[in-house]
Amino acid sequence: MSFFSLFRSRAKPSATEAKERLQILLAHERSDLAKPDYLPRLHKELLQVIAKYVEIEEDKIIVDFETQGSVSTLEVNIELPSRAGARPPLLQAAAT
Amino acid sequence: MGKVIVMTSGKGGVGKTTSSAAFAAGLAMKGQRTVVIDFDVGLRNLDLIMGCERRVVFDFINVINGDARLSQALIKDKRIENLSVLPTSQTRDKDALTRDGVEKVLDELRDQFDYIVCDSPAGIERGALMALYFADEAVIVTNPEVSSVRDSDRILGVLGSRSRRAEQGLEPVKEHLLLTRYDPSRVEKGEMLKLEDVLEILAIPLLGIIPESETVLKASNLGMPVILDPTSKAGQAYTDVVGRYLGETIEHRFMQPERRGLFQRLLWRTA
Ligand SMILES: Nc1ncnc2c1ncn2[C@@H]1O[C@H](COP(=O)(O)OP(=O)(O)OP(=O)(O)O)[C@@H](O)[C@H]1O
Ligand SMILES: [Mg+2]
Repeated sequence: MSFFSLFRSRAKPSATEAKERLQILLAHERSDLAKPDYLPRLHKELLQVIAKYVEIEEDKIIVDFETQGSVSTLEVNIELPSRAGARPPLLQAAAT
Repeated sequence: MGKVIVMTSGKGGVGKTTSSAAFAAGLAMKGQRTVVIDFDVGLRNLDLIMGCERRVVFDFINVINGDARLSQALIKDKRIENLSVLPTSQTRDKDALTRDGVEKVLDELRDQFDYIVCDSPAGIERGALMALYFADEAVIVTNPEVSSVRDSDRILGVLGSRSRRAEQGLEPVKEHLLLTRYDPSRVEKGEMLKLEDVLEILAIPLLGIIPESETVLKASNLGMPVILDPTSKAGQAYTDVVGRYLGETIEHRFMQPERRGLFQRLLWRTA
C-alpha cells in the first residue's frame, strides 16, 4: 500500500465522519446548555469546603443537574478516600 | 412596525456581512423600506461592503450617546431607493453599545422602516448578544464545516434563552438557516457536509443556499452588495433568498456541481 492510498482508501468520506462527530458532540453540548450555569461554581465551592476536612481530589466530587419532565434533580456525589478511621468518623458517616 | 432581523453565526468569517448587505439590498429592491446596521463595533466593515465608507460622518454610537440625531447618521444608498445604512464606530470601547441605547435606536427605526437588518459581530459575547437581543427573526449564517455548524447550534441556544423574546416569554425568535460558501463539487466528493446533513443537525427551516463564488470577493472590492451583480451565482442565490423570505415559492438552486462537457472534463483531468 502506497502512502497516498492510505488517504484514498479511507472507509468513509470525511464529510460522513464530520456529521457523526457533530451529532455526538452536539447531543452533549445541548444537554449541558440546559444545565444551570452555577454548576461549576458550586462544584468549586463544595470542593473548597470539603477540602478543609478531608483530603479530596477535584474529580471525586461530581455535581450534576438532570431534568426529566417537570422534575429537576441536583445530584452531588462525593467519593471519599478509602482510609477508614484516618479521619473524623462523623464526617465519613455523613458522607456515605 | 418594522421587523428586526439579525444575521448571526457564532463563528467569524462565515459571510454575515456579505449576507446582510445582499439581503438588505434585495429587500429594498423589492420596494421594502430597509436599513442595515453594523453591530460590529471596533471592526466596522459593513460600510466598505456597501461602498459608503467615505460618506460616514456620524455613526450608531454617536446616536446612542446623543451626539447626533438618527437622521444625521443614516446614509441613504445612492444606487437603491429605500435602502439606508447605519454604520458603526471604530471605537475600542466594548461598552459603547448599551441595551437601552440600542433599544431606543431600534424603536425609532421600526417607525421608519419595514425591515431592520442587524449585522452581528462574531462570537457569543456582548456585541453579538446586543445584536440578537431585540431580534424578531434570526438568519443563522452557516458554512458546511464542523466548527461553523457547532457554533450555529450554540447561537440557536442563545437565541432561545437570552434574547428579549425568550426572556419575556414572548413568541420565540423566528429562525432561518442560510447555508453559505456551499461547494457542490466538494459535497459530491464527500469532502464537505451536505445540505441534508446540516439541516438534520440544526433542524431549522432553510432560507437558502449560497454557493462559493469568486464574484463575492469582486463585489466587495467594488463596494457593491453581490446581489447587484446579475451574472453572479451567489448574487442570484441571494435574490432567490429575498423572494423566498417575502413569501414567493422559489426552488433551491446551486446544489448540484456544474457539469462540464466531456471535452472539458478530459482537459480538466490532464490539466
Ligand atoms: N459565497 C461566498 N463565496 C466566496 N467567498 C465568500 C462567500 N461569502 C463570503 N465570502 C468571503 O468570506 C469572507 C468573510 O465574509 P464576511 O466578511 O461576510 O463574513 P462575516 O461573517 O461578516 O465575518 P466576521 O465574523 O469577521 O464579521 C470574505 O472575504 C468574503 O468575501
Ligand atoms: Mg462581518
